[in-house]
Amino acid sequence: MRINPRIVDAAAKVGLSGQAFFTVGILIVIVAIICVKGLPYVNMEFIVSSPEDMGRHGGIFSAIIGTGLLAFLSILFATPLGVGTAIFLTEYTKESAFTKMIRFGVESLAGIPSILYGLFGFIFFVIKLGMGWSLLAGVLTMTIMILPTIIRTSEEAIKSVPRNLRIVSYSLSATKWETVTKVVLPAAAPGILTGIMLSVGRAVGETAAVIFTMGSSLRLPTSLMDSGRTMAVHFYILAREGISMEKAYATALVLVFSILFINVIAYYIMNKVTSRYS
Amino acid sequence: MDIKIKIEKLKVAFGKNEILKGISADVFKNQITGFMGPAGSGKSTLISVINRMIDFEDHVAIAGKVYIDGEDILGEEIDDVQLRRRVGTVFAVPIPLPRSIFENVAYGPRLQGISDRIKIREIVRDSLKKAFLWDEVKDRMNTSALKLSGGQQQRLCLARTLALVPEIILLDEPCSGLDPISTAKIEEALDELKKDYTIILVSNNTKQIARITDFVSFFYMGDLIEYGPTERVFTNPSIKQTEDYIQGKFG
Amino acid sequence: MIKKSFTKENFVKWVLTAFALSSLLFLFLIFAFILFEGLPLFLKIGLSKIIAGFKWAPTKGSFGIFPMIVSSFLVTFGALIIGAPMGLSCAIYLSEYSGKRMKMFLKPALELLAGIPSVVYGFLGVIYIVPLVRNYLGGSGFSLLSTSIILGVMILPTIISISFDALTSVPRTYREGSFAMGATKWQTIYRVVIPSAKSGILASFILGMGRAIGETMAVIMIAGNALRIPVSILDPLRTLTGNIALELAYATGDHRLGLFSTGVVLLVIIMILNYIANFGIKRKVIK
Repeated sequence: MRINPRIVDAAAKVGLSGQAFFTVGILIVIVAIICVKGLPYVNMEFIVSSPEDMGRHGGIFSAIIGTGLLAFLSILFATPLGVGTAIFLTEYTKESAFTKMIRFGVESLAGIPSILYGLFGFIFFVIKLGMGWSLLAGVLTMTIMILPTIIRTSEEAIKSVPRNLRIVSYSLSATKWETVTKVVLPAAAPGILTGIMLSVGRAVGETAAVIFTMGSSLRLPTSLMDSGRTMAVHFYILAREGISMEKAYATALVLVFSILFINVIAYYIMNKVTSRYS
Repeated sequence: MDIKIKIEKLKVAFGKNEILKGISADVFKNQITGFMGPAGSGKSTLISVINRMIDFEDHVAIAGKVYIDGEDILGEEIDDVQLRRRVGTVFAVPIPLPRSIFENVAYGPRLQGISDRIKIREIVRDSLKKAFLWDEVKDRMNTSALKLSGGQQQRLCLARTLALVPEIILLDEPCSGLDPISTAKIEEALDELKKDYTIILVSNNTKQIARITDFVSFFYMGDLIEYGPTERVFTNPSIKQTEDYIQGKFG
Repeated sequence: MIKKSFTKENFVKWVLTAFALSSLLFLFLIFAFILFEGLPLFLKIGLSKIIAGFKWAPTKGSFGIFPMIVSSFLVTFGALIIGAPMGLSCAIYLSEYSGKRMKMFLKPALELLAGIPSVVYGFLGVIYIVPLVRNYLGGSGFSLLSTSIILGVMILPTIISISFDALTSVPRTYREGSFAMGATKWQTIYRVVIPSAKSGILASFILGMGRAIGETMAVIMIAGNALRIPVSILDPLRTLTGNIALELAYATGDHRLGLFSTGVVLLVIIMILNYIANFGIKRKVIK
């Protein structure tokens, strides 16, 4: 017997929408669990005081600073490199074997899992270059790791700037670089910013690549050569070694909300851009 | 009359497609020279050779010479950026930069390294006056140029070009998207401007060509069919095709 | 009007070229250093004894990682079995059914799943999924099944966003043609839209696999990390990534080299998957 296609059609619609809302439900449940379990232990003191007794007591101040430093410095290095690469690929060359090679490099970097970044950062920066477990080693590893994201989002943003604007700028006697800095980059800025925000989110949430390069010292790093601990690493150690479930949930709360906040800003900027040109 | 631009046996091809098939012509100083002809006749391509904007196209082959004040501008060693300071361009569609009215006009002067605020304000004001736009925008210089009407935007683009203080102004069908009143304002401006500039006007509109140009050249399929003083060409064309075109039999 | 021979413009171009080359340089360094550390052991002990060896006792000279290779693939396929239908369904709903407003809310929400750090997934897996499996199905709960569930959720954003792009790039005329012949919406999706977007969907699965096989922190928290090939979905297992992460902090000498050999194997697998997804599958670009 053949089932009525209308019934199949209705069932498909119900099934698919159910699946979509179930998946969003997963996100909501994750956030809800972390809120319910973590909120009682998060207060101002937790934010501004440093961990004591392996994190059993006290707050996560040094981990917040460690996270901030790692994210900020990686972005500082990766943004000029990434945006520069995107400008090169879109404005300064035509598609050729050379650009294909660079694109292949970027795609490959994007596909390498974070544990291999950790392995590389560990042997290259920590051991061979003698940096030891340090903020610097962590930052350099993270810079390479977020580079592909920045390149790809910047390239998209730059490509979406109408060609006419460039033509007008050239006709007004601008050089290529003047056109890039005065017309193309300002128009592409929101898209580039989105990529940067997404990269910040990635740096904040990363563990595997960070723990083997930056280490996990609980002390506040005072120089680039000091080891430090990010919130993600701190959370991992609290949870894995069963030091304190309360503190683990509280840390997870701060960690997840920082990332969600950063991502929401990124999507907000992106939406403004897409509505501007369409 | 002095010769400002001398074009010699200019050939341009995009891939295998020959757009200009060996054009020679002299463009005179302080005159408005019209380029007319049906779509695809090569007149816009000629414009893009004179300002070297054709450099941004792919698969182009150029042969022949174009001289401005006796200097060959097609040479490899010629600085195209400096050339475009001397040769300003207004495109068919007004394309304001996404910034304020003031900043649009100030874009060129700033690129030339002028940073004195008073000087820039002076240039902006003069340019807008010459483009007959000043009175309409003088109270809202800091609003976005994208908020202007189409006709105002095109006059802004003209003012922006004037602010470069060029010697030559190329206008590529500048009135194609405009209403008659805006068109009249642009034509009025051009008539004033020819005292100080050499102007080339590309247009499909034969009436406009007849109204405001001093010389006219008729292009067809990549060839320059006829070239001469506008009055003579329109009253007594020497070639049948020109006559047919002027009378609107094709195009 | 003669050009200057050295200009700012030339300088900028050289700097930008150098920037662009940096990506290739970094890729080269990563390969060079992982291979440099990882290959000597292959030469010393032999390729087959490492990738086909069953016993991992690095302090006693046994570096067999065969069980880990098998385990890595098992969790990856497990993740795909869970994540692929879920992700594809979401992508279909987003591209074919949801209205503009709904899409504005759902798409970012689904992508936010990618923002949750893997340690948080691992932790929640330990607290909620592992006991669930232990209580209802038996075993310790640290298992292939638990790991697959968590990884399945973690690869959703990858599968959803790439499948979604593939589905939305199917021209509207294809759908209209199908509707015109009296097909229902589901018939149109099933018979016209999905086949047209097939290669993009496949690429999303393969990139999802790449994510799953490379995932580390969540896996070491819930997989149980046992050094043998799991025979049931309730058995614990250790993946290639887990092996590196668990031992790198304290390994020295040949032991450390063994971890880099593990890294070499992982790198090769990842590069093959990425190559297939990015270049091997000819994705139709319909604009």
